[in-house]
Amino acid sequence: MTSEARRIVFENVSKFYGEVLGVNKVSFSLEPGITSLVGPNGSGKTTLMNLLTGLIRPSQGAIYVLGLTPQKPIEFFRQVGYCTQFDSFPPGTNGYDFIYWPLRLHGFGGDRAAKLTNEALERAGMAEVARRKVAGYSKGMRQRIRLAQAIAHHPSVLVLDEPLNGLDPMARAESIELFESIAKQGMHVIISSHILEEVDRISDRVVLMSSGYVVAEGQIREVRKEVRDHPMQILVRCSNAARLAAASFELDHVVEAKILNDGHGVLVRTRDAEQFYLLLNKIVSGGLVEVDAVAPADDDVNSIYQYLIGSDGGPA
Amino acid sequence: MNARDLVARARQGLKEQPWRLFASQISVLVRNEVRRNLFTRRRIWIYLLALAPVFIILAHVILDRSNTDPDQIENDTRVLAGIVQLYYFRLGIFFACMAVFTWLFRGEMVDRTLHYQFLVPVRREVLVAGKFLAGAVIAIALFETAVLACFYLMYSRFGSAGKSYVFDGPGLGQLEAYLLATALACLGYGAVFLALSLLFKNPIVPGIVMMGWETIAPIFPAWAQRLSVTFYLKHLCPVSLPVRGPLAIFTIVAEPVSPTVVVLGLLCLTIAILAISCFLIHRMEITYAAE
Repeated sequence: MTSEARRIVFENVSKFYGEVLGVNKVSFSLEPGITSLVGPNGSGKTTLMNLLTGLIRPSQGAIYVLGLTPQKPIEFFRQVGYCTQFDSFPPGTNGYDFIYWPLRLHGFGGDRAAKLTNEALERAGMAEVARRKVAGYSKGMRQRIRLAQAIAHHPSVLVLDEPLNGLDPMARAESIELFESIAKQGMHVIISSHILEEVDRISDRVVLMSSGYVVAEGQIREVRKEVRDHPMQILVRCSNAARLAAASFELDHVVEAKILNDGHGVLVRTRDAEQFYLLLNKIVSGGLVEVDAVAPADDDVNSIYQYLIGSDGGPA
Repeated sequence: MNARDLVARARQGLKEQPWRLFASQISVLVRNEVRRNLFTRRRIWIYLLALAPVFIILAHVILDRSNTDPDQIENDTRVLAGIVQLYYFRLGIFFACMAVFTWLFRGEMVDRTLHYQFLVPVRREVLVAGKFLAGAVIAIALFETAVLACFYLMYSRFGSAGKSYVFDGPGLGQLEAYLLATALACLGYGAVFLALSLLFKNPIVPGIVMMGWETIAPIFPAWAQRLSVTFYLKHLCPVSLPVRGPLAIFTIVAEPVSPTVVVLGLLCLTIAILAISCFLIHRMEITYAAE
């Protein structure tokens, strides 16, 4: 199998719902292992997963999963299992039927489907309650029965949308163990979460999302560094902009200081905002510059980082 | 590439399709849908639609049991023809198919369960075929049973005269024609409502428009009439109704067409509409929030 045929590839994928942006110009290529899609609610994680599994079509761009596309569903869905976030089930179904019937649609005979169903129920810890109606399950049980359905046909790519939501600590630990064991078999496990800490320890790589954009992608350490080192833009409206720009350049962490066209302010790009604010205070208290306003010009990445990882930026 | 190459390629393509898998998937879909949809409380009003005439005839049989004059058979035959042609074909089967077939996909959107069908290794065309057949099995089983019950109740009270009318007279032929037309009505209306449910979020309004079209189609040219289901059904009805005035529009057959042409015509119309459904389902996305 070629390297491309083992990867999940997004090529410049965008999805718009009318005029509303779902995801924009997403490109990445994932190797087997555990990949976490992390971002605040509404950042585009579910859209990305729905695109990956063909539940929605991209407005532009192309997606390949192990060299396959959902346009060939027979080959595609034998390789892919998707545990969605939709907490709904066919009316009147019980846990066993919920897994058994889709397996029959895979083309498995009755005996084989029954065997796979029981195996999936065991792996998800749902064997004992399998004959009960799903409508009577707790949220955690519903989550696990969906997980059991997603893994029942032994997919090579397992896509899990917020799979740890609603699970108690014990079930959470068991699920994480299950994901790790699946990934160790050389498969793709793609997990979404709005809490990086939740998936941090098990992820081989992370895709950080915000407002429909991929803001960082790679191994978890690289992403931390990338976000931490990302220069931050600060807009300062002031008198004597040239003086402030000159003083800013004396600091190592300032990458750029640009005087605004109207001459009444400076746009500073710095890798250490705290140090820059200290300098600004010093200049202002020295009376060299009168400041009208100070505002971060692109706080997005930083704020997401703060939100996801915590202000210290250290290992979670 | 010439036409012969194209044909050879198409043939090869068809040969390479996993037909056995498709057949097994359709069988699973039908069994699953029938199991889920045939005996549910949600469907009670459809049973009522199908069985209302049966109850009325039963009441008539009980209340008028002294009147078993064989001369009455001809009159009852016309009453039965009216029930089948004016009630079942125009209202009962129409509304039952509207409920059954629109619910196959739209209902799953409402229940937020359609994604389960889209995440299995099943071609969407196979999904359409499986669900359509399931709907057809449900509707046909229900209405064939109802028509059969009406027929039995109508003639059984006449004793040997009724038996003779059925087995030695035109009765059995009429029953066959009604059963055939009922099955075709379920298929025709079913295909239309399945397509409408894929095209519109709320198929009730287009359903009413469709009913209007089925009603006024007879005043249109012959080619346009062929786009209505009732055009074909009317030709299969074995007993003509003596309806006069504006209501005659429902029963008059202007240009008689042979039953073979009628059956093939309606089946072709059904297949054409199903092909449109297959096209529509490929455009379908799972966006429950927009429902």
